[in-house]
Amino acid sequence: MSQEPPDLEPLAEAPSDEVQRGQRERLLAAWKTPTGWRSWSAVNNTSIGRWYMMAAFCFFLFGGVLALLMRIQLAVPNNTFLSAERYNQVFTMHGTVMMFLFAIPMFEAFSIFVLPQMLGARDLPFPRLSAFGFWSYALGGTFFCASLLFNAAPRGGWFMYPPLTTRYQPGIGADFWLLGLSFIEVAAIAAAVELIVGVLKCRPPGMRLNLIPLYAWYLLVAAAMILFAFPPVIAGSLLMEVERAFDWPFFDTARGGDPLLWQHLFWLFGHPEVYVIFLPSVAIVAMIVPTVARRAIVGYSWIVLAAVGTGFLSFGLWVHHMFTTGLPGISLGLFSAASEAVAIPTGIQLFCFIATLAAGKVSRSVPMLFVFGGLASFVMGGLTGVMVALAPFDFQAHDTFFIVGHLHYVLIGGSIFPVVGGIYYFYPLFDGKLLSDKLGRATFWLMFTGFHVTFLPMHLTGLRGMPRRVFTFAPGLGFDRANLVSTVGAFILAAGVLVFVWDLLRSKKTQPTCARNPWNSGSLEWLQEMPDKPWGVRSIPEIDRRYPLWDQPNLMRDVDEGRFFLPDAEEGKRETLVTSVIDARPVQCLRVPGPSWIALYAAFFTGGAFITSTFHWWKAALASSVLALGAILYWLWTGTAIIPEKETKDVGLGVTLPLYVSGPASVGWWAMFITMLGDATAFVCLVFGYFYYWTIHQDFARAAAQGPGLLWPLLGGGALVASWALTLLARRANRRDRAALFYASMLSAVALAIAGSCALIAGPSRTGLDPTRHVYPAIVWMLVAWTVFHVGLGVVMQLYCVARRAAGRMTARHDIDAANVSLYWHFTALTAFVTVAVIAGFPRVA
Amino acid sequence: MSPEAPDDESNQSLWFVVAAPLCWAAHFLVSYATVAVWCERYAGRDGSLYQARVAVAAYTAAALGGIGLIALAAWRRYQHGGGTEAFDADTPLGRHRFIGSATLLLSALSAVATAYSALTVVFIRDCH
Repeated sequence: MSQEPPDLEPLAEAPSDEVQRGQRERLLAAWKTPTGWRSWSAVNNTSIGRWYMMAAFCFFLFGGVLALLMRIQLAVPNNTFLSAERYNQVFTMHGTVMMFLFAIPMFEAFSIFVLPQMLGARDLPFPRLSAFGFWSYALGGTFFCASLLFNAAPRGGWFMYPPLTTRYQPGIGADFWLLGLSFIEVAAIAAAVELIVGVLKCRPPGMRLNLIPLYAWYLLVAAAMILFAFPPVIAGSLLMEVERAFDWPFFDTARGGDPLLWQHLFWLFGHPEVYVIFLPSVAIVAMIVPTVARRAIVGYSWIVLAAVGTGFLSFGLWVHHMFTTGLPGISLGLFSAASEAVAIPTGIQLFCFIATLAAGKVSRSVPMLFVFGGLASFVMGGLTGVMVALAPFDFQAHDTFFIVGHLHYVLIGGSIFPVVGGIYYFYPLFDGKLLSDKLGRATFWLMFTGFHVTFLPMHLTGLRGMPRRVFTFAPGLGFDRANLVSTVGAFILAAGVLVFVWDLLRSKKTQPTCARNPWNSGSLEWLQEMPDKPWGVRSIPEIDRRYPLWDQPNLMRDVDEGRFFLPDAEEGKRETLVTSVIDARPVQCLRVPGPSWIALYAAFFTGGAFITSTFHWWKAALASSVLALGAILYWLWTGTAIIPEKETKDVGLGVTLPLYVSGPASVGWWAMFITMLGDATAFVCLVFGYFYYWTIHQDFARAAAQGPGLLWPLLGGGALVASWALTLLARRANRRDRAALFYASMLSAVALAIAGSCALIAGPSRTGLDPTRHVYPAIVWMLVAWTVFHVGLGVVMQLYCVARRAAGRMTARHDIDAANVSLYWHFTALTAFVTVAVIAGFPRVA
Repeated sequence: MSPEAPDDESNQSLWFVVAAPLCWAAHFLVSYATVAVWCERYAGRDGSLYQARVAVAAYTAAALGGIGLIALAAWRRYQHGGGTEAFDADTPLGRHRFIGSATLLLSALSAVATAYSALTVVFIRDCH
């Protein structure tokens, strides 16, 4: 048993004023935010987080205006305010914008801003990745919303069911949705990688797993969920776009496809997404509640149970959106059971909050109002959720306004109220000022009243039989009055949002800067100076308690005087600490990159590839893809795995840490691992598609007899596995500094990868499988194309390693690149193996 | 993952915390795949579920067994060192007991959710 080293105490004596001044100046210089037009090149989490939040909020207002347009249209029967066509566009855009452009990005934005402060870190480990994610999102989102202005918006509903969207809606509306959102989903996965690595590896020394803020637990769960929830819809979008663009019949029943596969893939994403939105919002509640109750949270372990348990169970609910599709009763039963089970952890966390409030001395404040209002509304939505989770009830309520009422209670109660409350609570961190208490109360009461007046009657209109997504209704069906009430409510809700916007925008120049830690909270983010400094935290503290600002005496003073870790930036570099996953022991001093335009360029060209594809301008798309690849390679070449000028650095308090680590100890390796988990999930969804078609086609064996045969797939698979083995050999040779062996094996690996890809393509090609004729050849081609695309990226990476070593940027000791590329190839080899086993092996055993 | 060595974080893992829900997930997926494939390819729309129900019963026994073992290991962690160290103590033992308690609670939730899933084959006997 190893001996636990004693906790490190801050320096007993503060450094002299002169030393402190020097430290502060060097830190400021290293973390200086660029000014003027160059400020757009900033990558610091506080800059990116602010822009990200503002963009998400603008999309929220846009989505809100669309909602008002719908409510005006539905205020009276036979209204002609919007045409049916326009109405379809508006409800599709409203749902999509609120889910993809507001709810998910808002939590990512908020977390990118606040997580490093909460963890006493200087920044997240990949600032440029955050910037890339933000620019991708801003660009993709704007492009997507612009479609409405040109009357070209998608109109198939936010879940885009085929065959409506594949056969009956010509025009490029659906392509906007498929490509625009896939691009944004890539940004979401980038943020998830950043946040997971942030929570696991960038905690302050001493912040063991049992001491981390609940927000970080929730975030970890939500980010992990993104990783497994978003890839199914990316895979589904890929299938649908290929069907629309190239006529591969994945969802066309006439040629063996099945629209239900889309529903499976969409809801495999869509239901967990509700919890991806809900969990970070509850996380905000979990930070506000202890502060206003002035005591530690009751049932910390129970809340962790609830977060993790909800995260898992939410993946077993997707078919409850498909109860009326005619699946066997037993399948419905399984999903109904899981839908009821998820109420258990959800209830547990609410009881923990209530217990904390009951046991503490609650101070009245605007954030508290939103917390109460949100929880009460969410419970009502949860109860109707338990109702619709029962299949027989759902048969009656499906696709009626009852569902519209239910989902808005869950999403507005569970997410919007906590988020607005969170903005009131955390606003001093953004601006150094408090929002107005009076305007806050007005906002709350208007929003709360308006919300209930809008959505409560919808349950009734739904039970009376009013279907959702119908642009008008005849008078005298019992819908008239309730609809009018809902419309009035929507405007009251909108008035509340307007007051809130005014509170955000009004000039606060004359308002004094608020005191530090204005709510007297116990958690670390309130160490922040008012107004904030770009360095995040003056020195990185050692943490011994869950509520350090309450329970660690003199913490603020010690941090400010630089008595903890990294109080200085001697080399003028941006630095933060990397710690171990379980007990947060310092393991590395990580240098993070500063301002750069490259993330913006990379996002711009990546976006260009998606946008031009929407219009089927394939040459422009190819050119943009090549430019994007070039930008990303330049970014990696100049900004990552930089060999430091010295091996180790004294980070203070007698701790010396390495500046360069590779393999599983490095944050880059973790990022690759996490990204590849998401990527593998998308691949698994395509494989699921293959088996899905096998399940529904009794004559699958006959179709499979046509190809792709055994020989070519086996040759291809063999060559790719050999390429993987040689990549590993090359890594080992590099470690032992045997340059010749390294180059020989890596270049042979490249040759084998290319040969293997050609052989894989030869399989379906030489057996004459035509992907437009039937779904069987289409899905075989899709698996081959996926594998070949990944091998292509793998070849680029192999060549990159060769170039890095040749340029002296990778050495035997400094081998991050080789380690990460090997990791990528583990996944690629597995992909190739599974593809060959499925397309060549399965037809022989089926 | 010896529960006897809380001081050494190298033998601790977050995977332990999620092991029980993973058992639930595996049970859920395999049960769903079994009944879906059984009804669609073999039994037909009005066919009997008998064989699939036996299979789901077997999966349930395996999943609950697995969750039970995880719960037992979690209980040992929870009770480690006399079971008195606070969960928020800044000690390896506090962290160790906390992981034990979170895992134990997740095991209970996973067992309940698994039982919920299994209940379907008690009540539903055909593919209709």
